[in-house]
Amino acid sequence: MIEIKDVYKTFGENEVLKGISANFKPGKNNLIIGTSGSGKTTLLKCIVGLHEPSMGEIFYDNENFTTMNFEARVPIRKQIGMLFQNSALFDSMTVEENIIFPLNLFTEMSKSEKLDRANFCLKRVNLTGTNNLFPSELSGGMKKRVGIARAISMQPKYLFVDEPNSGLDPKTAILIDELISEITEEYQTTTVIVTHDMNSVMGIGDHIVFLNNGEKWWEGSNHEIAHTNNKELNEFVFASKFMRAAREKL
Amino acid sequence: MRLSFRRPEKFSVYWAEIMREMVSVGIGSLGIIAIISMFIGAATTIQTAFQLISDLIPRSVVGKITRDSNILEFSPTISALVLSGRIGSSIASQIGTMRVTEQIDALEIMGVNAPGYLISPKIISGVTMVPLLVIVSVFLALTGGYIACAVSHDVSVADYIIGVQQDFNPVIVTVCAVKAVTFGFMITSICAYQGFYTSGGALEVGQAATRGVVYSCVMIIFADLVISRLLL
Repeated sequence: MIEIKDVYKTFGENEVLKGISANFKPGKNNLIIGTSGSGKTTLLKCIVGLHEPSMGEIFYDNENFTTMNFEARVPIRKQIGMLFQNSALFDSMTVEENIIFPLNLFTEMSKSEKLDRANFCLKRVNLTGTNNLFPSELSGGMKKRVGIARAISMQPKYLFVDEPNSGLDPKTAILIDELISEITEEYQTTTVIVTHDMNSVMGIGDHIVFLNNGEKWWEGSNHEIAHTNNKELNEFVFASKFMRAAREKL
Repeated sequence: MRLSFRRPEKFSVYWAEIMREMVSVGIGSLGIIAIISMFIGAATTIQTAFQLISDLIPRSVVGKITRDSNILEFSPTISALVLSGRIGSSIASQIGTMRVTEQIDALEIMGVNAPGYLISPKIISGVTMVPLLVIVSVFLALTGGYIACAVSHDVSVADYIIGVQQDFNPVIVTVCAVKAVTFGFMITSICAYQGFYTSGGALEVGQAATRGVVYSCVMIIFADLVISRLLL
């Protein structure tokens, strides 16, 4: 479980996060949603340690991550898998080398074991046979899936996903959502997804945290979101005519 | 810098990276260093011969001056300036691109010491390969001088060879080696730093590469003066 307590983050004069608290449970798709500039990605970066919170604490299974130094964080980081918005694949490496990279650094697996693991991960994301392709030879959706394969190569306990559907067509976006959801259930990972894609919210949002202007404005599930009276959340979720019409049918 | 030389997560992975960087810096720069050194050696010989036309000065002095000026100045300094353009810009833009495309964030989240993994192999390859390139440069510059003598006949080849062997003071090799190691360190560390702390997009990556090359060139010239003053 990941627990964040009263997290603030300031860049100069600009206060981006204003006392966010939330719990993210294992085996659930935890979504952080909000308008652009609401602090979603900053919160995610604080949780994984790419930004240090100005105030507040973050706990991974009751271990205080915020007070740990680089070395102390390494065992937790080995249990983290992350899919970046632009996939962040190492472009000088092939697909296979990207997946094997963390195994090379942190495991004592033999070459054949690592290859088996890479093939298993690629099969899991339906990309069998792409081992020797470079990231520049892949489509956006394939890059995301390789990113997921790399993220699960170390069998993570915590999975973080930043805007998984950005730049993807609706069909591929749904496939990526389903894949993340299946992996969360299969590995019982604590999955935190930053998104503003309403299909993701309604489809896989087991637990949703809505941020508005750096503050937590609402928390609940995708079943509760359709019936909320929260004005800002309603304006965000049901901004389109299609979503408003869909709510009326619910 | 301290982070760059933290204990590696796995030595074999870092070793492979160091070897890859050494090939890139060393073998990859050999062509340009060879061309530049040959031409500088030849030009130095012709210009020195032109300036020393006198019956009072033995012709062999041209060989001696070509040797000393190439070992002390031209081979280490000009090679370093050229290398800062070739490998420095490559290092800054490679690391800068990794930064803006979140590849460095990906390394950090995996628990990899990103400065160590990305920067230390480049610095190690710089301080080992730049001196080797400078040694090659010295020999090729002297060969360029030899060819210039043979073709232009400003100085006879025999006089040139006598001059190259005359009054050799080993301290100039020490100065040359110190300069080469220092310049190798400066090029790689300054450019890697500029790349690592890039933020923004493609424009900023280009600016980081330019800054890396400009700063390393200025530091090379400054260090050249300091080392010459201290060791000679």
